[in-house]
Amino acid sequence: MDKILEVKNLKLYYHTNKGAVKALDDVTFDLYKGETLGLVGESGCGKTTTGVALLRMPSPPGRIEEGSQIILDGRDIMPLTERQIRKDVRWEEVAMVFQGAMNCLTPVYTIGKQMMETLQEHREMEKKQAEELIKEYLSLVGLPPEVMGRYPHELSGGMKQRIVIATALFLKPKVVILDEPTTALDVIVQAQIINLLKKLKKTFDLSFIFITHDLSLEAEVSDRICVMYAGKIAELGTNQQIYGKQGPMHPYTEKLLQATPLLRKKVESLSFIPGAPPDLIDPPTGCRFHPRCHKVMDRCKVEEPPLIEVEPGHMVACWRCVK
Amino acid sequence: MSLNDNDVILQVKDLKKHFTPHQSLIQSLAGSGQKRPIKAVDGITFDLRRGEIFGLIGESGSGKTTTGKMIMKLIEPTSGTMVFNGEDVTHTDKLRTQVYRRQVQMIFQDPYASMNPRFKIRDVLQEPLIIHKIEGDNQKHDEMIIKSLTEVKLNPPAEFMGRYPHMLSGGQRQRVATARTLILNPMLLVADEPVSMIDLSTRAEILAMMKDVQRDLGLTYLYITHDLSTARYFTDRIAVMYLGRIVEMGPANELIDNPIHPYTKALIEAVPEPMTGKVDVIKELPISGEIPSPANIPPGCRFHTRCPYAKPECSEQSEPELMDAGNGHFHACRRWKEI
Ligand SMILES: Nc1ncnc2c1ncn2[C@@H]1O[C@H](COP(=O)(O)OP(=O)(O)OP(=O)(O)O)[C@@H](O)[C@H]1O
Ligand SMILES: Nc1ncnc2c1ncn2[C@@H]1O[C@H](COP(=O)(O)OP(=O)(O)OP(=O)(O)O)[C@@H](O)[C@H]1O
Ligand SMILES: [Mg+2]
Ligand SMILES: [Mg+2]
Repeated sequence: MDKILEVKNLKLYYHTNKGAVKALDDVTFDLYKGETLGLVGESGCGKTTTGVALLRMPSPPGRIEEGSQIILDGRDIMPLTERQIRKDVRWEEVAMVFQGAMNCLTPVYTIGKQMMETLQEHREMEKKQAEELIKEYLSLVGLPPEVMGRYPHELSGGMKQRIVIATALFLKPKVVILDEPTTALDVIVQAQIINLLKKLKKTFDLSFIFITHDLSLEAEVSDRICVMYAGKIAELGTNQQIYGKQGPMHPYTEKLLQATPLLRKKVESLSFIPGAPPDLIDPPTGCRFHPRCHKVMDRCKVEEPPLIEVEPGHMVACWRCVK
Repeated sequence: MSLNDNDVILQVKDLKKHFTPHQSLIQSLAGSGQKRPIKAVDGITFDLRRGEIFGLIGESGSGKTTTGKMIMKLIEPTSGTMVFNGEDVTHTDKLRTQVYRRQVQMIFQDPYASMNPRFKIRDVLQEPLIIHKIEGDNQKHDEMIIKSLTEVKLNPPAEFMGRYPHMLSGGQRQRVATARTLILNPMLLVADEPVSMIDLSTRAEILAMMKDVQRDLGLTYLYITHDLSTARYFTDRIAVMYLGRIVEMGPANELIDNPIHPYTKALIEAVPEPMTGKVDVIKELPISGEIPSPANIPPGCRFHTRCPYAKPECSEQSEPELMDAGNGHFHACRRWKEI
């Protein structure tokens, strides 16, 4: 399969006055054309940071460090100037639906006005023509044209999320990063939005990066799953490899799955991972997960495990998987 | 099944909350005057049994938070009654309300927002003691603070008392928030989506902690959520709300394994599962569209507009009441045997 995106040795540090927060430290993965790649992990592990890095838009004081490569459709976008990024990449080729975006619609403007502004910022277009386009996109996400005249507070959470998705698709990007797009929604609306995303992906021939901390949801959405811990990839495998019979191979993924409540089976207790993710200014030596790992060995404390391919397409960073 | 009054901590009877909408400027200019009441909660009846965890479940806008707020006495019911430990507390004077607020505590969704960042944990925990004028000097208060921190297993308590909120993990903050509600020795805790924004591992940790505390202290919880998976794990009984009414109620396992009402079935259908093989599947959702406006409730069975099994009789006949299907499993669907 063709790769739409190759991320190599991506480092993004937040340079705070207490030191550099190593939010992404040597992250390497590919995104294939037409696939959905899931990013999962606990809060603070670097999921959103990965998303904004791909837009070349780190939030201050963040900086993408030397040596990082982001190859979009064969072209390394790291050397591009900000102007070129705006013209060719950000929103044009790579779009992102931000975490909580549906609550960030401007309350004082109608939906139509807000969508119009986004559109006219990027495209020269007559008002009439833009309106037609907005209506077309609204209908694609299952909303009637009347929505244009409404204010955000007059709409439900699900409707607002549809609008945010429609806006992200306006410029016909190839890659869409979805950051927790359904976390604030109830199960029925969530399922409706997921169905919509699956259809849009086909219609527009998109590739998705789907960010969530919900492993159950990821199982229904993503072709491959990338599990992150403390700014690094712990495990990356196909849906089958992570959720199938054999189960995941990294102790962290294993624990995350055990912490997931199941609906169709009564579990007496959920296991959780004691402790909290580490301080990324001064992360633990060796494997960053070792202080919380139930399978820790001496070696884990001093030597960092490489991300190695344990079976075709299945990458794990754990000394237990190194033969 | 008949329950001794003593087994019931809170009896909710035909409770309603109808909001009068504020007319927007545009509406009044346009002269489109009819104000319809917003029937956020429209007649719900249930008992909370002493020592149980009761889950209130439903889509966004179904009236869960409004119910919780009435039980917290943060808003006045439009009609109906609430009996707490045998005493009618639907309408109470200021003094009784104050005491009630000590007996019935709320756990907030975002514990960080509800804590003063400049307070040490000790001060965060002393705050309710001061607000509720609990007697004792600092030393007596410290003893109470240590006791509640121990109950939520923040060890060693003395060390945590000296920290500031930002020095705690999400799970630890939620523990502090829980300790703060426990310090007043409540009997009933209302937890409105306490973990919905929290990641999986922390969520599991918090729910396990809350369950331990509940067992250790014999507390009763009202757990409000739209997440059926945590509800199954966490609760003893579940009530499913739709548009301000309870449409199904029963023991958690029984209700989820053998749902009766088409709405409950739809909710269960929609829940994702951590299993492989579903990526290319568009999920068949038995119900479509959005929940109708509580200002415009459909006649008859209020679910009929979205029900895949609806027949003319469902909208023509009066609203179905909860019926007993046995095993303490109640539902409000007349056609349950046919579907
Ligand atoms: N602007 C910033 N300045 C300093 N540190 C930051 C900034 N943004 C994020 N971080 C830190 O970088 C790390 C990764 O954060 P990120 O937002 O990517 O996590 P996440 O995986 O998206 O978490 P969540 O599930 O909570 O959204 C965290 O330790 C966070 O505190
Ligand atoms: N103060 C109010 N004035 C007018 N309408 C209100 C008020 N509070 C709530 N409502 C309406 O009552 C209905 C029920 O709201 P409620 O917050 O109880 O729902 P919920 O089940 O808690 O939903 P969610 O899952 O989104 O929290 C909604 O339609 C809401 O818009
Ligand atoms: Mg994030
Ligand atoms: Mg609510």
